[in-house]
Amino acid sequence: MSTRTRPLSPHLQVYRPMYTMVLSISHRITGVFQSVGLLLLAWWLVAAASGPDAYASAARLFSNPLVKLLLAGWAVAFWYHFFAGIRHLVWDAGYGFDKPAARRSGQAVVVATALASLFTLALAWRHLGGAA
Amino acid sequence: MSLRSPLGRVLGHGSARQGVHHWWSLRTTSAALVLLGAWFIFALLTRPDLGHATVSAWIAKPVTAVLLGLFVAVATWHSALGVQVVIEDYVHAKGPRVAALVASRFLHALVGVAAVFAILRIALGGAA
Repeated sequence: MSTRTRPLSPHLQVYRPMYTMVLSISHRITGVFQSVGLLLLAWWLVAAASGPDAYASAARLFSNPLVKLLLAGWAVAFWYHFFAGIRHLVWDAGYGFDKPAARRSGQAVVVATALASLFTLALAWRHLGGAA
Repeated sequence: MSLRSPLGRVLGHGSARQGVHHWWSLRTTSAALVLLGAWFIFALLTRPDLGHATVSAWIAKPVTAVLLGLFVAVATWHSALGVQVVIEDYVHAKGPRVAALVASRFLHALVGVAAVFAILRIALGGAA
């Protein structure tokens, strides 16, 4: 293809990673991670609909420490994607594009994610049966 | 080999007419998920326990069944649109790209239908 041999404009590898850049790609990564989580949610619902035995074997998987850690990861990813998504909606409405505003809103997303994640994990603690 | 650039080839052909709908769908589903997602996390985690009896009784409640059904349906739709963008951005070879797009659609359809069916079965009875 003729486009392959053309010079490319400077791309990712020539830039120093920046705060806003890392936040941007994190939105995608947390989004894809949650798409995987959706599989687990559907599987959990089907297990619940299939009866107590199927549900019990699903619950056994959720009691695995590694899966608990993944669930905690999903909680953080959920809130990050939640708040960063709101930030994107504000941008889509045409606000907050200048550099200081973008940096401030990025920091707000990180702080809100941390607080909401802590709150969620505190609520989830008794369901996870203590140590994740 | 054509000497025309990709841009030259598409000029005058118009858009594929799906872009705005895709973009707008992603935004409306995200706005809905702000409400439904926050409700889901909070409502699920404030159950007294997450045993089968408690969870089934909770899902069987009309308000839960409707909101949970909406949540999984809208989340699946949003996920399908989002994953599509990611595939379109990173998978460049035509064959793998089409295969990945179709596989993603199939998987999302399966997940969405399975989740909604499970909720309906619990809510409308018939579940063991």
